[in-house]
Amino acid sequence: MAFGVEQAKRWMNIANDKIQQQKQYLTELDQAIGDGDHGLNTARGFQEVVEKIASVNYEDLGSLFKDVSMTLIAKVGGASGPLYGTAFLKMSLALNGKKEADDKELVAALEAALSGIKARGKASVGEKTMVDVWEPVIELLREKGSMQAKEAALLAKEKMEHTKELEAKKGRAAYLGKRSVGHIDPGSASSYFLFAALAEALEG
Amino acid sequence: MKYVSLVLISHSEEIVSGLKKLLNQVQPDVPIAIAGGNDGEIGTNAFRIKEAIESVYSEKGVVILFDLGSALMNAELAIEMLEKTGHIAIADAPLVEGAYIAAVEAGLGKSLDEVVRACEQAKQMVKVEH
Ligand SMILES: Nc1ncnc2c1ncn2[C@@H]1O[C@H](COP(=O)(O)OP(=O)(O)O)[C@@H](O)[C@H]1O
Ligand SMILES: [Mg+2]
Repeated sequence: MAFGVEQAKRWMNIANDKIQQQKQYLTELDQAIGDGDHGLNTARGFQEVVEKIASVNYEDLGSLFKDVSMTLIAKVGGASGPLYGTAFLKMSLALNGKKEADDKELVAALEAALSGIKARGKASVGEKTMVDVWEPVIELLREKGSMQAKEAALLAKEKMEHTKELEAKKGRAAYLGKRSVGHIDPGSASSYFLFAALAEALEG
Repeated sequence: MKYVSLVLISHSEEIVSGLKKLLNQVQPDVPIAIAGGNDGEIGTNAFRIKEAIESVYSEKGVVILFDLGSALMNAELAIEMLEKTGHIAIADAPLVEGAYIAAVEAGLGKSLDEVVRACEQAKQMVKVEH
């Protein structure tokens, strides 16, 4: 598997397509247990991302993901802005100077992204946040020792659905306490779209 | 600069601009910067917070107060993006009462540590006796 600038751009483009298609769904999820802006937030953020990266000829993956990060930080006002912004910033540092990443390097970069999300939001597994998708997915990749993107996407979907059962302990939904049970976490849903998009980007 | 300065962060521009007015009335000498909203909408923005910190930065110190959870993430991100990073503290305090106490204490020329400690006391303040 080769993951270069072209694949990275394709990942972002597919992710954006999915998020634009699912904008209303993400909005509804966030209306149920948050403030309803997650669809708008991620749709605006990733639209800006694809516009930003389309016009640039990147020398390396680090500078591409740096732009992704800065765009999300600048454009997304909700929690997902600093969280995804930090995730892609850590990826950009991990891939600094690399034109292409092999399996191990890509997995390591995703691992760095997860650490970034956890350092920023201080959430652990079970608290009904995007960490409930990211952590098991990264664990799977680490165990496999290679970029099993399809399996990762399947697991992401399963874990996203599992957040329905959880009570929110972090983020805005935590204000709802037990009433947050029974709804999928919006950030986990958008995170699933990111992993599904990565699998598609690596396929074709 | 003689005074610790304040940075007020809110998801709403109106909350912090109103709060700043209220504090200026009590303590006009303390430098106060605000970072409210994101592109005119509800939210916070790390770049705006960074600019707010820079606009009132001094070695005497900057105390940051914020409203809701994700404002903290953007405040921390803003601090990481700054070139100067010393003398900046995020207070664990309710925004309105905390900022009020911070402005009063800063106006008395207190140190950054003292201002932070004082405004964090706002959490224990009893507002209504039952
Ligand atoms: N502390 C946190 N750690 C990890 N993820 C979090 C945290 N707080 C919120 N999230 C994620 O962010 C999502 C909400 O994003 P968004 O709606 O953009 O932000 P906001 O809650 O500020 O409106 C949640 O569904 C959750 O997955
Ligand atoms: Mg929201």
